[in-house]
Amino acid sequence: MTLILNPNASPLLRGHAMTVQSPDDTAHTPVIQTTVPHGHASAAVGEAKIKARDVKVFYGEKQALFDVNIDIPGKSVTAFIGPSGCGKSTFLRCINRMNDTIPSARVEGSIEIDGGDVNLKSVDPVVLRSRVGMVFQKPNPFPKTIFENVAYGPRIHGLAHRKDELEAIVESSLKKAGLWNEVADRLHQPGTGLSGGQQQRLVIARAIAVSPEVILMDEPCSALDPIATAKIEELIDELRTQFCIVIVTHSMAQAARVSQRTAFFHLGKLVETGPTEEMFTNPRDSRTQDYITGRFG
Amino acid sequence: MLTWLSLLVLALFSGVAFAAGRRRAVASAGGRSRVLHSLPDYYGTYAALWAGVPAALLLLLGAAFGGRVEDAMLQSTRPAAVQALEPDRQAVFYGDARAIASKQPPSEVVYEGELKTALDAKVAEARRIETVLNVGMLAGAGVLALAGFLLAFPRISTEFRARNRVEGWVSILLIGCSVAAVLTTLGIVLSLVWESWRFFQSVNPISFLFGVEWSPQIAMRADQVASAGAFGAVPLFAGTFLIMLIAMLVAAPVGLYSAIYLSEYAGRTVRGVVKPLLEVLAGVPTVVYGFFAALTVGPLFRAGFNAIGAALPAGPLATYLMEVQNQMALVAGVVMGIMLIPFVSSLSDDIINAVPQSLRDGSYAMGATKSETVKKVVLPAALPGIMAAMLLAVSRAVGETMIVTMAAGLQAKLTVNPLDTVTTVTVQIVTLLTGDQEFDSPKTLSAFGLGLTLFVVTLTLNIIALRIVQKYREQYD
Repeated sequence: MTLILNPNASPLLRGHAMTVQSPDDTAHTPVIQTTVPHGHASAAVGEAKIKARDVKVFYGEKQALFDVNIDIPGKSVTAFIGPSGCGKSTFLRCINRMNDTIPSARVEGSIEIDGGDVNLKSVDPVVLRSRVGMVFQKPNPFPKTIFENVAYGPRIHGLAHRKDELEAIVESSLKKAGLWNEVADRLHQPGTGLSGGQQQRLVIARAIAVSPEVILMDEPCSALDPIATAKIEELIDELRTQFCIVIVTHSMAQAARVSQRTAFFHLGKLVETGPTEEMFTNPRDSRTQDYITGRFG
Repeated sequence: MLTWLSLLVLALFSGVAFAAGRRRAVASAGGRSRVLHSLPDYYGTYAALWAGVPAALLLLLGAAFGGRVEDAMLQSTRPAAVQALEPDRQAVFYGDARAIASKQPPSEVVYEGELKTALDAKVAEARRIETVLNVGMLAGAGVLALAGFLLAFPRISTEFRARNRVEGWVSILLIGCSVAAVLTTLGIVLSLVWESWRFFQSVNPISFLFGVEWSPQIAMRADQVASAGAFGAVPLFAGTFLIMLIAMLVAAPVGLYSAIYLSEYAGRTVRGVVKPLLEVLAGVPTVVYGFFAALTVGPLFRAGFNAIGAALPAGPLATYLMEVQNQMALVAGVVMGIMLIPFVSSLSDDIINAVPQSLRDGSYAMGATKSETVKKVVLPAALPGIMAAMLLAVSRAVGETMIVTMAAGLQAKLTVNPLDTVTTVTVQIVTLLTGDQEFDSPKTLSAFGLGLTLFVVTLTLNIIALRIVQKYREQYD
């Protein structure tokens, strides 16, 4: 298969670290040996935004995720790839504790964002989710106007005290999401009236309106046509200068285009993680090799 | 009796036709049923349907209209002695002739002389007509059954598309059933309109719809006091509206909030217990709610208001409260509201559940709490459906009878005081038509006028509700 690598991606890659298990971790966790770094990417993990250690997820009796250890750097795009049902979305939903909404789900292990474990009982998921935004597979604008959709987060979190502040937030969010020019003259029409791609950019605007630090995207383009997809990918590339973006995707080409780092999940395990370019040109694990060459998945 | 017997024979014949058709199909395929266009049973069914259905229809038509045909034939020639009788007595005479002919007890009228001879002649004639009709009908049915079978049977071959033909019969059956339902409704509406027309010939529609006095008593004698009767329906509709309003004030919030609890907050176990329980509540007959209202809630409310009246400093309000009676609009409204709770909550629960989970996820992912999500995302999305559920509840409240009959009183008062007795449209219809009544006075006919008006009101509400639901459906599919 041909991979279209994002030309902007490579310079950034050099600045970021690969996932490395720190020595004291090895004592009590099964280290994913395949993540042992090669060459230039062996910088320290110090700047990791999100650190996951031994994350296990159970749905009732069934274990969906086995001991995931990963470091995700800030201000860059990390892609999760893998065949369906491999646990990549499950792991994504652990980061903003969306699994809490599923009664049978149980999450073990620790996920730290800037050193604070989000998985503790004491952490309020409502506050956490205002720091970690999420974009879903299917565009899900609320049945409200475009303005109200974007204003939703600022309103519930009390971010704007006056009307003009709120308007400013809405405008800047829509501009960041690249939607402003298309909707400026119809802010007070229903958000559900937009096209699929516009709706997806609207929910991205909605997510960034509360200035989150991390944006999680769960297959954000799988319901969109190629042109809308290209626009979203362009947008993701622009947003990565301000946010830590984690994207789950089925499309390896997309992972190659938008991400600087890639993690490959298989059967509930994190198989391999590394700089995207390296992953696609020189995978270390045979399963990764098989997947990206299309032998399964 | 004869009809049942012949239908039984027909069913047997039809069974034979099934077996014969099936055999012929299998035989024509030489035992290899793969060659057949359809499964062998379809060929059997095809033959059985042709053999049975047309003849059965004839028999049923005969059973339904045979009596009328017999009457018409019997009365085609009228002896002079009978023609001398009054029309009512003539009808009795012919009725007796038919009763004696079919060996059923006749009326107690004694016929003598010329009438007696005429009766005997008519009895003999009735017997003849009945025999001819019965024989003709049976022969007709037999011919139809045979013809049907002979039409269907030779057609059966490996090429014949019996499956598609049976499908045609099925669709005819289904069309027949829906046409019957529609025609029945149409008949009810037409009879309502017709009787209302008769009512409006004696009472001016304007004074009926806008009159504020309701006392449908009609004088026994022309010179009686207050012989006119007043047919102003406004107090009835005001009472209906008042009770409906009270009922909805109870049912709408409680029903809606319990629906929200059930669909958004309750765990699977709680939901599994509470939802069926609520639906049991929906199955309680309204008459039970009625005596619950009359015997439990009414006295309780009266005691409560009397106590408040006693506690208040003396004055007109205290005196009024101390004189409150068991029957009041409030009691009927509250109990009716309780009756409507499961209706509202069950419908709203379904509607709230139909809101896509992705909207809730979107809201939670924005850091909204559960109640914020419900208030700002789920309810606005479900609002059209919930409105429709409320309108359906309103039209049930408007049509409800038993509770109001027992708990609200019978006085047609134009009042907005919930502690007063009021009456509703449905209650008046019940009191107008129960008991020994003559059915051509404006008093009884006014029931049809009320019924028609009520029908128009509930129909309008239901149409609005359905429209809203349709619009709502378009939004998410």
